[in-house]
Amino acid sequence: MRIKSYSEALRDALDQEMARDPRVIIMGEDVRPGVMGVTQGLYDTYGPTRVIDTPISETAFIGAAIGAAMTGLRPVVELMFCDFAGVCFDQILNQAAKLRYMTGGQISLPLVIRTTMGAGERAAAQHSQSLHHLFTAIPGLKIVVPATAEDAAGLLLTAIRDPDPVIFFENKMLYDSQMSVSDPAIALPFGKAHLLREGDDLTIVALSRMVGFARTACDELAQKGISADLIDPRTTQPLDEAAILGSLHKTGHLLVVDEGSARCGMAADIASLAASKGFHSLKAPVQMLTPPQTPIPFAPELEDAWLPSSGDIEKAAYTLLQKV
Amino acid sequence: MQLPRDTLLRLWRTMVRIRAFEERLILENRKGGIAGHLHLYIGQEAIATGVCAHLADEDAITSTHRGHGHALAKGCDATGMMAEIFGRATGSCAGKGGSMHIADPKRGHLGANGIVGANAPLALGAALSAKTLGTHGVSVAFIGDGASNQGAVFESMNMAAAMALPVLFVIEQNGYGEYTRTDAVTGTADLAARAASFGMPAQQIDGTDIFAVYDATQSAIHHARTGLGPTTLVATAPRFGGHYEGDNQAYRSASDMQKARDQQDCLALYRNRILEAGLLEARDLDAIVHAAHSDMEQAARQARADAPPAPAALLTDIYAKAL
Repeated sequence: MRIKSYSEALRDALDQEMARDPRVIIMGEDVRPGVMGVTQGLYDTYGPTRVIDTPISETAFIGAAIGAAMTGLRPVVELMFCDFAGVCFDQILNQAAKLRYMTGGQISLPLVIRTTMGAGERAAAQHSQSLHHLFTAIPGLKIVVPATAEDAAGLLLTAIRDPDPVIFFENKMLYDSQMSVSDPAIALPFGKAHLLREGDDLTIVALSRMVGFARTACDELAQKGISADLIDPRTTQPLDEAAILGSLHKTGHLLVVDEGSARCGMAADIASLAASKGFHSLKAPVQMLTPPQTPIPFAPELEDAWLPSSGDIEKAAYTLLQKV
Repeated sequence: MQLPRDTLLRLWRTMVRIRAFEERLILENRKGGIAGHLHLYIGQEAIATGVCAHLADEDAITSTHRGHGHALAKGCDATGMMAEIFGRATGSCAGKGGSMHIADPKRGHLGANGIVGANAPLALGAALSAKTLGTHGVSVAFIGDGASNQGAVFESMNMAAAMALPVLFVIEQNGYGEYTRTDAVTGTADLAARAASFGMPAQQIDGTDIFAVYDATQSAIHHARTGLGPTTLVATAPRFGGHYEGDNQAYRSASDMQKARDQQDCLALYRNRILEAGLLEARDLDAIVHAAHSDMEQAARQARADAPPAPAALLTDIYAKAL
């Protein structure tokens, strides 16, 4: 074990896979300098054929990564902000997600699109979104939303080794968060939730940066005699439904916390799971805690009001348990 | 350049098979039983044939919604393609792709594409693999003149030139993008000059003249294989039919359609030229035509007889392993 930041853990995982498999290449905007930190230094080790700076042409380079994945490479392509998916959505929606199916299984796509999500950098509406739910709605993709350095590294190994296209959402507000992690990284399976806290009163399902906030909230709740299961699904496709429903069966109360969309997002998706498959376990209406259904504002006061906090999670838990 | 007899026969055979395949589709479509739309390639056969004559299975192509000709020229099996277009389990894509999505990676065909221009970036990727893995392979993106106005194509041309990738962009200029004349929606009449401005050789050629296509492709592929990067060929050839089979082409003059068939038929031009030069005998050419029609009739008969996919196929091939 070693203390690493989320960003260092990701970089070391990339390095580990590139050393293990010569078919792994990295491409994207500014990956040689590594402005997001994660690819820093890899060019020095692997050179220009495996660490490729591209033009600011997301359609061309995401598409090229797809074509390369179809023909023998295992590209890890960086889409600097998930907001930029807007300019290359066709390649993800109509190409990567569908090629295996449309060709009757003839094409395999071992492709990872690493991208960032998360508000809090005062970067306003076009550099702060969390769009994991959009991609979860597209069959053919696998979606990873790691909340910790250990999970980020372990799930990245799995993503690179996976034969299907994976969209890997790194929360940029977590890059500097540190923890003791396995060294070298150990691959973690997709579709297996992480139970971070165990309790009897309610189930909190949280994703990405909201997991840390929920952990803080759980500590506060514990001081007031309220204990919660805290579940991080870690991947939204596949989704560990059994872990969520099993915990709901035990507690009878469900709070879902997500930084994605209030409408048609993961919170609504998991609430609908509870309604359709866990209805008889529910002792109260499901609580969904998300940002409001608005673009992300710039002014720090507004952005802070937009993003759910650990205090908001605590309050939502009281509401759920009718202890307001 | 004088081509050997084998090559002349092979080029004729490929063009004829594409024509026969699609003429069979027109007949079968009238009988009923083919779902969806057919975007036919008739009139443009010399382009796919002349380009793909230079490609091996290790070389990749990416194709368009008007892609039957590219697939046949790249060596895809006509019986499997016919079954695919009929939506059969025996189809080349197990009945899940249809006319617009025929693919055969073993033959280096990475797929026809229903999104106009979206195949260009995929061809870059195949070229990147070839370069990185040192296979000396090249890739070809077939693009219509309509698609040549797509940002995906501009981005791909720039990136291919910047990275000196072994790619050939073949713009098939049939004068229309779907139902609209390309010149009415394009700022330049010179698509080759526009491609050249991205930093690569580009050339306008007569796409009804298979020798022109063959020669230009040979140079472009040599350029790519020797590490000098991409080339664009703009090959002009008319679309005999409409955007899709059944399109009444109200947007097109009768004389334009007649001229295409009477004066710009790449098969007739080839046949006349070969016979006049005494390079092949009429009976050799005719035997190939008869065999092709017979093969395609048989392929259609087989496709009609084949079973549709089983309901369980709905849920396979979404991921490598079911989740």
